[in-house]
Amino acid sequence: MTSQNVNRGRSKKRSGYLKKKTEPYLYQLPTVILMVVLLVVPIYMVIQYSFFDNVIINDNPVFVGFQNFQELLTNESFWVAVKNTLIFVGGSVIAHMIIGITFAMVLNTKYIGPKLQAMFRVIFSLPWMFTAAVIAVLWKMLLNPNGFINFLLVELNLSSTNLEWLASRDLALFSVTMINIWAGYPLFMISILAGLQGIQSQLYESSAIDGANHIKNFFYITLPQLKPILISLILLDFVWTIQQFALIWMTTGGGPIDATEILSTFIYKQGFSEYQYAMASTSAVILLVICTIVAIFYVRHQRGQE
Amino acid sequence: MKINNFYNKGILNILLIVLAVITLSGCMGSGGDSESISETATNNDNESNGEGDNDEVTLEFQQWWGVELPDGVLREIVDGFTEETGINVELLSNPYADTKTQIAAGAAASTMADVVGLDGAWVYDFAKQGSIANLSTLMDDSGYDQSQLSDQIQVDGNTFMIPVANFAYPMYVNMDILEEAGIEDIPETRSEFTEVANTVYSETGKAGWAIPLSTESPSGIQNNFMSWLWASGGSMLDNGQPNLTDNSDLIDTVEFMKGLFDAGVVAPGAYAMKEADMVEEFTNGRVAFMIDSLAHLNTIQEGAPDMNFDFVPVPVQEGFSGESGMDVANWGIGVAENSEHKEEAWQLVEYMMSPEVNAELAVYANAFPGNADADPDYSDADDLFLKAYELYQDSNPVNEFTGLPTSEELMRTFAEQLQLYIEGDTGEASEMLSETQSIWEEAFE
Repeated sequence: MTSQNVNRGRSKKRSGYLKKKTEPYLYQLPTVILMVVLLVVPIYMVIQYSFFDNVIINDNPVFVGFQNFQELLTNESFWVAVKNTLIFVGGSVIAHMIIGITFAMVLNTKYIGPKLQAMFRVIFSLPWMFTAAVIAVLWKMLLNPNGFINFLLVELNLSSTNLEWLASRDLALFSVTMINIWAGYPLFMISILAGLQGIQSQLYESSAIDGANHIKNFFYITLPQLKPILISLILLDFVWTIQQFALIWMTTGGGPIDATEILSTFIYKQGFSEYQYAMASTSAVILLVICTIVAIFYVRHQRGQE
Repeated sequence: MKINNFYNKGILNILLIVLAVITLSGCMGSGGDSESISETATNNDNESNGEGDNDEVTLEFQQWWGVELPDGVLREIVDGFTEETGINVELLSNPYADTKTQIAAGAAASTMADVVGLDGAWVYDFAKQGSIANLSTLMDDSGYDQSQLSDQIQVDGNTFMIPVANFAYPMYVNMDILEEAGIEDIPETRSEFTEVANTVYSETGKAGWAIPLSTESPSGIQNNFMSWLWASGGSMLDNGQPNLTDNSDLIDTVEFMKGLFDAGVVAPGAYAMKEADMVEEFTNGRVAFMIDSLAHLNTIQEGAPDMNFDFVPVPVQEGFSGESGMDVANWGIGVAENSEHKEEAWQLVEYMMSPEVNAELAVYANAFPGNADADPDYSDADDLFLKAYELYQDSNPVNEFTGLPTSEELMRTFAEQLQLYIEGDTGEASEMLSETQSIWEEAFE
């Protein structure tokens, strides 16, 4: 073998090695470019805006450091929005989980025939198929003071007057949370159903031999087996619900007064109604931080599972 | 092995092509946005028109009018412009609320369509942002005769919006409900109105009055609340500045409104109600009186063909004998500052404001023309429309929110303070107005 051939062989080997090393990055490149353009740049801009005085409106915005954050954190309306967001998100996630587990277990039972099970799966999943706009219109009609819900309540003697579900300060937050629960439980139901079907039947057979009842089975077998799915669902649902905007905006607009004002409606009003883009960006950054913390937990949990 | 190499190279090539496309489209997006978009749109239009001149200009015209006009009317009107000038127009038609959001987003990102439909309530903010063009300059440059315009919306002495079509807000009354309640006389004063509303409620169980106070779309304050103030010659401004504190006309109006709520004669769900919901309540025969845009006349007639309803002037304060003001909203038009075809954009504005086109648009929209020389042919118009036209002519058209800073936010904060007063959280009307004044003043700083 001549030295030329040896060099050619080495060079081939090197280029092969280089190709092997760079190939995965090339595959990732289109996605990375898209992510940078559509995600990293806007997020960077929003974070940057939060450190200036009123951007966009002013041609030469001035760097103000953390002044916007200070102003926001001393704004009473912001804290009302935070409180409402916590109630809305907390109520939704907890109810989604309880309803999701209940419905999934009902649909997983052997006492219902396969055809009936399939039919109920479709019916129970329906709310998830509607867009926020459809859900808002549908529930606005149902909850109208002259609507079907009030008609039922009055007919069944459960209420003597027509309730203003979306227009009353006492009821509005409860109403929008209920709508959101209705719209979002199928995700839990379907995921948990899949989880239930993955639990080995031997576990239940062994516990039956040990004399365990249904309640013990649920708490000592079903729930622990579903734990990984439930944690993932809770974290994802938290992030999705905290961003809910369309539903609130189209039903109550954050009102009456500020009864249903949540962070997303608060941000929208600051940006598109008050034209305070810097303050809107500041609020968005706070929301981003909250979601990022939850996302870190989610990723850690996923890694832990692996 | 060879197949494997070919396979790898194939994927690599595809990747490179994808990257090239992304990079190119990125470049197209970042440079001269509207030009490239316009050219693309022009090419599309040319293909459809069977023409092939790449120098043609295509203007984007973003508005909500196309949705509210009968199908195809706006397209037909702008096609006339294309025939006349050779300039193509791409219509971006969305409902009012979407249009507002999209224009605001376009203003923030400097990607606003060349010509935009505007509401007077948005003008101040867009003008201050520098996102809409100074029409005074464009008018001067083209030697346009401004005397034919019935109104111009100005900020700091410069025109930024021209009202194309004006919509009056008369009071609608369901005569069937009045008959059912045994009422023969139409109320002319506020106390008469309260009495009639009470009778309607006690005799029929239906609401005497409806007001939409949703904070999502707070225009109820402008159209349904301030209408009462303006009808009695009152004003919420003094020299263009908020004049709410100790404004006796406003105090009376706020107290009158609370009186209606306290008496339980207002349609339930007002705080979550939007204008469309109010129209639905009226159309379904559940409300005796409402103040609404004449633009909804057809909707109501189609929804309730058998309903006997009429237009009446808004009742006034006791003892008032001056000229009543009638709330007027308009479809305004403006040009984007970022437009690369301002001259052509102005040509489109000029075309829409020409007496013939303006008159045609007014007839189709159930509106009154923005050009004082326009002579709309209302001969085929409904009798009710003509009656409303008479009421409009006898009144002083007014809309004090037009051209104010963050107008919509002013309405929203007023709505919130009004709700707090109606709910009893604020003790006195004067206290409520004083609180609103202090919030409003921040926007005027």
